[in-house]
Amino acid sequence: MIEDHRDMKKSTMFDLLVLVIRRDLVLAMRRRADVLTTLIFFVMVVSLFPLGVGPEMDMLRKMAAGVLWVAALLSSMLSLGRLFSADYLDGTLEQMMLAPQSLSMLVLGKMAAHWMVSGLPLVMLAPVLGLQFDMPVREIGVLIAGLLLGTPILSMVGAIGAALTLGLRGGGVLLSLLVLPLCIPVLIFGAGAVEAVSSGLPIASHLSLLGALLVLSLVFTPWVTAQALRISME
Amino acid sequence: MAINWFKYAAPTTFYGLAGKMIPWFAVSAALLFCAGLYIGFFVAPVDAQQGEFYRIIFIHVPTSILSMFLYLIMAGYAALGLVFNTRLSSMMASAIAPTGALFAFISLWTGALWGKPMWGAWWMWDARLTSELILLFLYLGFIALHASIDDPRRADRAAALLAIVGSVNVPIIYFSVQWWNTLHQGSTIKFSGTTMHVVMQQALLIMLLACWSYAFAVVLARVRSIILERERNTTWITQIPGVAEFPEAKR
Repeated sequence: MIEDHRDMKKSTMFDLLVLVIRRDLVLAMRRRADVLTTLIFFVMVVSLFPLGVGPEMDMLRKMAAGVLWVAALLSSMLSLGRLFSADYLDGTLEQMMLAPQSLSMLVLGKMAAHWMVSGLPLVMLAPVLGLQFDMPVREIGVLIAGLLLGTPILSMVGAIGAALTLGLRGGGVLLSLLVLPLCIPVLIFGAGAVEAVSSGLPIASHLSLLGALLVLSLVFTPWVTAQALRISME
Repeated sequence: MAINWFKYAAPTTFYGLAGKMIPWFAVSAALLFCAGLYIGFFVAPVDAQQGEFYRIIFIHVPTSILSMFLYLIMAGYAALGLVFNTRLSSMMASAIAPTGALFAFISLWTGALWGKPMWGAWWMWDARLTSELILLFLYLGFIALHASIDDPRRADRAAALLAIVGSVNVPIIYFSVQWWNTLHQGSTIKFSGTTMHVVMQQALLIMLLACWSYAFAVVLARVRSIILERERNTTWITQIPGVAEFPEAKR
């Protein structure tokens, strides 16, 4: 018993983070269908474009990066609604807010888990879809680097919207309306990096800016999301 | 003499003050619009390069400026309401949003009207057009979020947070879009060394003042309605002449 008590005291911010991430990952693995739906949606949206604009490879190769990025943006919106809603409905979120640990840290853990579940699979699937669009290997590499830097930002900025629209009717559509305009810089730099490499320009500036945005959101969005949760839970 | 700076921070007192200010702003807006449009369309000389088409700027430029300013003012009021929990600030923020969205829309519309003869297309994916469009989206997001939350206090606070996040994002969006593509001409009004004809400048300035007066008048009128709606269950509302006659007010 005393041992346990000491353990509680020793638990640091980092332990908390790991705990939240593990919990959310386990929960996600119990409901694998949700994860798969997002992925299938991503593949489907990307596959619809050639059907819509025609099968000319030259045009598709040019469009590929933009299409993949927009599809990633849309499918990450799709899964954001679930970020807090399950915990909100069964009361876990209330308990989390009462916990003595920092809410921002808890939120950061949930964001990280959300990215691992809905962002990372997209990144891993992107090369295959890139090959469908006949993208050169170098461009695919840059696309992956951009997605790796950019998709966490989508999860983090999206979390603000998810917290603000918690428990509202029609929350899903509203969430996209709020979050998509805020994600435009990510789209521009991510797709811009691929565009740059295909026209032989240096890509460092695009990726650095994406990295800067990532750091910026890493610092601010957990706190803002925590505030938004407090507003929504009053 | 001690001045009570916070006297008009209460909806009770501000309601009367706003009522007194609205006619002044409305009349001056009407006069300034007439003067500005007359000078802009009949007095100002024809532009050497753009011919008569340039005259749309007398509407386009003031509305664009105001759409951006109003977003910042809205975010400022929203932040005040969030931090100090003042009811009136949040009401002001939600009263400004529709006017700001209207200005953003007019700015896009007139920009398209100007673009057709000058660029040969109604719409170009140019940096400024695109960021103005995104600004319109941000306004619409604010309005939509506010409208979908039933509890007015939660609606105020949630929308305020969104407005603040949006205003932090505006410069990022602006610069990212600018690096992405630039076609729009640079700013013509500069503080030094402007190349514009004096009459054109005066017309622009008058139109800008007209838009400001219009914005003030409309926002104040809207905030009065919001005060009436939110405070309908208080006693001071029933004492306002003209309101007491409504059966809803007597509940």
